[in-house]
Amino acid sequence: MKRSVPLVLLLAAIVLPWSALSVPGLFDGPLNSPGTLQLLAVCLVFGGLALGYDLLFGRAGLLSFGHALHIAGGAYGVDILVSHYGWPLWTAIAVTVPAVATLAALLGSVALKTSGIAFSMVTLAFAQVGHILVNRDPGGLTGGEEGLPLATAGLPGGLVGVVNTVNLYWFALAFLVVTVLVVHAVDRAPLGRTLIGLRDDERRIAVVGLSPYRLKLLAFVVSGALAALGGAVYVLVAGGASPHVASSEFTLALIVMAVLGGAGTRWGAVAGGILYAFLDQRLAHLGGRLPGPLGQPLFVLGTLFILAVYFVPGGLAGLRARVEPIRRALRRPAEAAS
Amino acid sequence: MSTVVLLALTGLGLAALYFLIASGLSLVFGLAGVLNFAHGLFLSVGAYVTWWSAPHLGLPLAVVAGVVAAAATGALVELAMIRPLYARHTEQVLVTVGLSLAGVALLQSIWGADARVFPAFAFTGNVTTVLGAQVPDDRFLLIGAAVLVLAGLLAFLRFTRYGLVIRAGVENRTMVKALGIDVRNAFTLVFAIGGALAGLAGILGGMYFTSISPGQGGSLLIFAFIVVVIGGLGSVTGSAVAAVVVGLLQQFVNYYGASGAGDVSVVALLAIVLLLRPAGIAGKAATA
Repeated sequence: MKRSVPLVLLLAAIVLPWSALSVPGLFDGPLNSPGTLQLLAVCLVFGGLALGYDLLFGRAGLLSFGHALHIAGGAYGVDILVSHYGWPLWTAIAVTVPAVATLAALLGSVALKTSGIAFSMVTLAFAQVGHILVNRDPGGLTGGEEGLPLATAGLPGGLVGVVNTVNLYWFALAFLVVTVLVVHAVDRAPLGRTLIGLRDDERRIAVVGLSPYRLKLLAFVVSGALAALGGAVYVLVAGGASPHVASSEFTLALIVMAVLGGAGTRWGAVAGGILYAFLDQRLAHLGGRLPGPLGQPLFVLGTLFILAVYFVPGGLAGLRARVEPIRRALRRPAEAAS
Repeated sequence: MSTVVLLALTGLGLAALYFLIASGLSLVFGLAGVLNFAHGLFLSVGAYVTWWSAPHLGLPLAVVAGVVAAAATGALVELAMIRPLYARHTEQVLVTVGLSLAGVALLQSIWGADARVFPAFAFTGNVTTVLGAQVPDDRFLLIGAAVLVLAGLLAFLRFTRYGLVIRAGVENRTMVKALGIDVRNAFTLVFAIGGALAGLAGILGGMYFTSISPGQGGSLLIFAFIVVVIGGLGSVTGSAVAAVVVGLLQQFVNYYGASGAGDVSVVALLAIVLLLRPAGIAGKAATA
């Protein structure tokens, strides 16, 4: 029964674009309007990106501050190959994702020489190089601060134009499903248990005769590849790459998503990613109408995040466990009465 | 020759800023084990308070006000946000992440996202000739301030009781606690010192770049992180040496190399240092 909930949700998400239902307050138009589908697609991509990041953070306990580098690598890689060199989309993705995974292997092999907070700082420094490069616009490739709009010539017809927003939505959903399958497969495999062992006590794993370094590197590369794929999907959904995806704030946002949802849990990061992306977009939209700092989405999200760290340590996923005793306590008098 | 002198002094000026930010960051990290992402916010608080109060108080008093405000912010953040999460290091880092996001947005909502023209002391507009190079005097202000701070900080750490506790705490916090010394006051003190230094860096940075913006703290912070890692966590002298190396390297490569190459070469230096000495220049314990 419980196992079928994700499947039911997935089916609902698949058929959602056929519904013309309107949800006032949450969305401006009916569910099947291009605006709403675009917003939902962004939310789904972020759900996937947050889960991919949580493979590092929640599972392996690696607090990387450089995840944006891999996302930007996927985004700009695909965008540059399609827009400047006229490659077909699928070829561009097929080349970019392994290339970014290789880069992740190289950088990870250096960064994982350190541990703990030093690792965070080093990944941050590496990601900063990406941000600088993207902003400097080497050879006119990245478009600098303006970003690089995705040329539609190389794209399959079904992904171009407002009418086809629904296909982008399914594309984003597909990315989320792929990420969930990969991360949950890792969770179920011995690798997942070893990663959690690493997070809790690295020495234990070393004593068993496994190499913590290699396992962490493997997690780093898998997570980097998922990020690159997510970056490629994000470029399609957003219609281009912007330097924001390479910035350290982008990585910080991923951390916020994972923690809000519940780091290291099965569905927490996905829920956190979707919620964060939704709030970010809606708050920016409502921004003009809210007074003072409330008009700044990051102020609201940052404050919400701080409160969540103090008062809801397990994130959204931990909420149920906290509510359960209350529910049981409420149920007991009723049972006693009957 | 004159270009080299100018580049060297400019690089040292930049190094002074990095050192001011990195030393506070490094002490906080060494003692409390917190990677303080809100450090960039302290910098912005110092700069904005000075910018805002300069027309009312006059610049010298405004600088003092900015440093005090940044120190108070640091102490307050430690007392209100870090202390309740005692011994939960990841959560402590996460809270500072949230604070850095919310704080920058708060500054933006008050003063707008655009850069503001920053006031400067009249004498910094002058130029001094050194070995044939025309060097703007603000470079000397930056270098002088950093040297004074370095000397003061080392004297404080070496000759006062609190300095002793902080140094011992950086070496081995558990041992200090076992001796019955309350390190928590030292935490607050270190956050206040770090805040004051970051605030000073923000003010001097405002004068050097002639403007301030809410996001400025964040971009300087990343290079300060690099300086901290290269210098060795917890070491003030290590931070000073690393700041000089990073500032000079960045300045020279940016001038003689392609645009942006200086920033990239700094990260390359970080990678090399980590491969050779994972704990940084002054670090003793191997971390990997």
